[in-house]
Amino acid sequence: MSLEARIQASVSGFELDLQIAVGAGELVAVLGPNGSGKTSVLRVLAGLMPLDAGRVTLDGVVLDDPPTGVRVAPEHRPIGMVFQDYLLFPHLSVLENVAFGLRSRGTRRAAALTLASQWLERVGLEGYADRRPGSLSGGQAQRVALARALVTSPALLLMDEPMAALDASTRVELRRELRRQLESFDGVRLVVTHDPVEAMAMADRLIILEQGRVLQSGSPAEVAQRPRSRYVADLVGVNLYRGRARETVIALTGGGSLTVAEAADGEVFAVVHPRTVALYRTRPDGTPRNVWEGRASDLDLEGDRVRVRLEGSPSIVAEVTPAAVRDLGLDRGDPVWISVKATEINVYPS
Amino acid sequence: MASSQRNPRGFPAPPLFIGLAGLGAAFFLLPLAGLLVRTPWGSAWQLLTSPEALTALRLSLLASLSATAIALIVGVPLAWIFARIAFPGRAVLRALTVLPMVLPPVVGGVALLAAFGRRGLVGTWLEQAFGIHIPFTTAGAILAESFVAMPFLVITVEAGLRGMDLRFEDAARTLGARRWTVLWRVTLPLVRPSLVAGAVLCWARALGEFGATITFAGNFPGRTQTMPLAVYLALETNPDAAIVLSLVLLAVSLAVLIGLRDRWLGAS
Repeated sequence: MSLEARIQASVSGFELDLQIAVGAGELVAVLGPNGSGKTSVLRVLAGLMPLDAGRVTLDGVVLDDPPTGVRVAPEHRPIGMVFQDYLLFPHLSVLENVAFGLRSRGTRRAAALTLASQWLERVGLEGYADRRPGSLSGGQAQRVALARALVTSPALLLMDEPMAALDASTRVELRRELRRQLESFDGVRLVVTHDPVEAMAMADRLIILEQGRVLQSGSPAEVAQRPRSRYVADLVGVNLYRGRARETVIALTGGGSLTVAEAADGEVFAVVHPRTVALYRTRPDGTPRNVWEGRASDLDLEGDRVRVRLEGSPSIVAEVTPAAVRDLGLDRGDPVWISVKATEINVYPS
Repeated sequence: MASSQRNPRGFPAPPLFIGLAGLGAAFFLLPLAGLLVRTPWGSAWQLLTSPEALTALRLSLLASLSATAIALIVGVPLAWIFARIAFPGRAVLRALTVLPMVLPPVVGGVALLAAFGRRGLVGTWLEQAFGIHIPFTTAGAILAESFVAMPFLVITVEAGLRGMDLRFEDAARTLGARRWTVLWRVTLPLVRPSLVAGAVLCWARALGEFGATITFAGNFPGRTQTMPLAVYLALETNPDAAIVLSLVLLAVSLAVLIGLRDRWLGAS
């Protein structure tokens, strides 16, 4: 089972122009900022939006092919879709919501309800069959939406921002739970999100979208290690520099320079993971090749770590423990010494 | 201090102004009081269950409910078209459809005669092809009531459809629902409050219809003489009966107002 899509469509404000191929059992996340066309990609694949040009095939079956006029209606596509705020039908019970797809596709009521209750059990909500969707928590609604989408055994599962409607405090646990539920589904899975952490935590592969085009695609590790643009670097949280390398020194385009372990030549990308950036109150002595002074412009607590944005030449983001911030007495605007080991800098040609 | 609490945001109104407001309120309350005071409570039940009154009541129920049914069958699709499909002339068609809300009902009756009367636009053909004759029949009364009352349903349902989140229909389609299934199991249930409100408004308007009915359908007891017509006629021959019938219509109107209070009177 696999999905192959070449999509050209006009969305309000820009053109969607991209190619996506997802293999059976693969979970691919389409990651991009708001307005990058992510949701439109899902709507095209679901048949809710027409293609201007391109072609969509699922398991060899053509779903969209504008030149030959093929456009399979949404109700005839073997798909399941989980919408951003789940869109459970408020006038139907939880069980009827899950049974909706079966009933619409002609399954008899009794059989549909039986299968739907099995699915409710599978997502751990067997006691909620008669409830109205309005009385569910965000996490429960998400699982009902997932059961509703999967009950018809679709070949392709589309999920639009599955975590966006959830409380931040429960998100990590619910993400793990969702991941577990998704693992038992062997069709093609495509998740759209604007949250890089979510994408990297859930997906086998990332497709990064901006302005309707694919910026980069690859495994989460690959993308984090080798982001191909400032935007992607910001997104996945690493420091990305561009510069000209001569031997082991890279003169950075934005000012400053970095000394690296391996010699290179020409235009390069240099990636520094925030975790490998060390901070000192006074100029450190010792072996680090790269030492410079900066000024803390922003401190963000993220989980058990603090991301410190530092202005300097170059500017950089460091990730340290709250204890380290305390020991340094670091606050917004304070000067601080920055050091990065040459061996911690990843260099690759741009 | 006390007055500023009662009227925290406005300017202190001149007493004359408040007096005029009181006059306005009295203007609405006095007729209602008059109706209640003049009601012959002792013989009310007897008057209400007299054969004439019962016939008018029965006919009114039949005609107004039929008119509401017609409005639902053709008015809901019309509302859907207005809410969802942009086509040239939509604004004009929509305006013409709600015209009966402001049109003098008697003009509506004349217009209906011009269309469905013996020598009317469609009436001639109906008569020749099928032998169907609508004016001055119960069907005529139903048609007159539909004409005047349906706009209430159309605009109420249209507003409901416009306010609905269309993505629910998308969700239904991705779940394999075809058009009729989407309509029946998702769209209409989601606008149910508007459907109910529209139908009730439509029914209340149909129940009170007078001008178009008497013009198009006449005033034949048992055939076209609905309650408002019976009230008007009884006023000359049997004023007590007129008052009791009026009271029934008043009670229905009040019930509708209270039933739909969230729509008009706000949550308070």
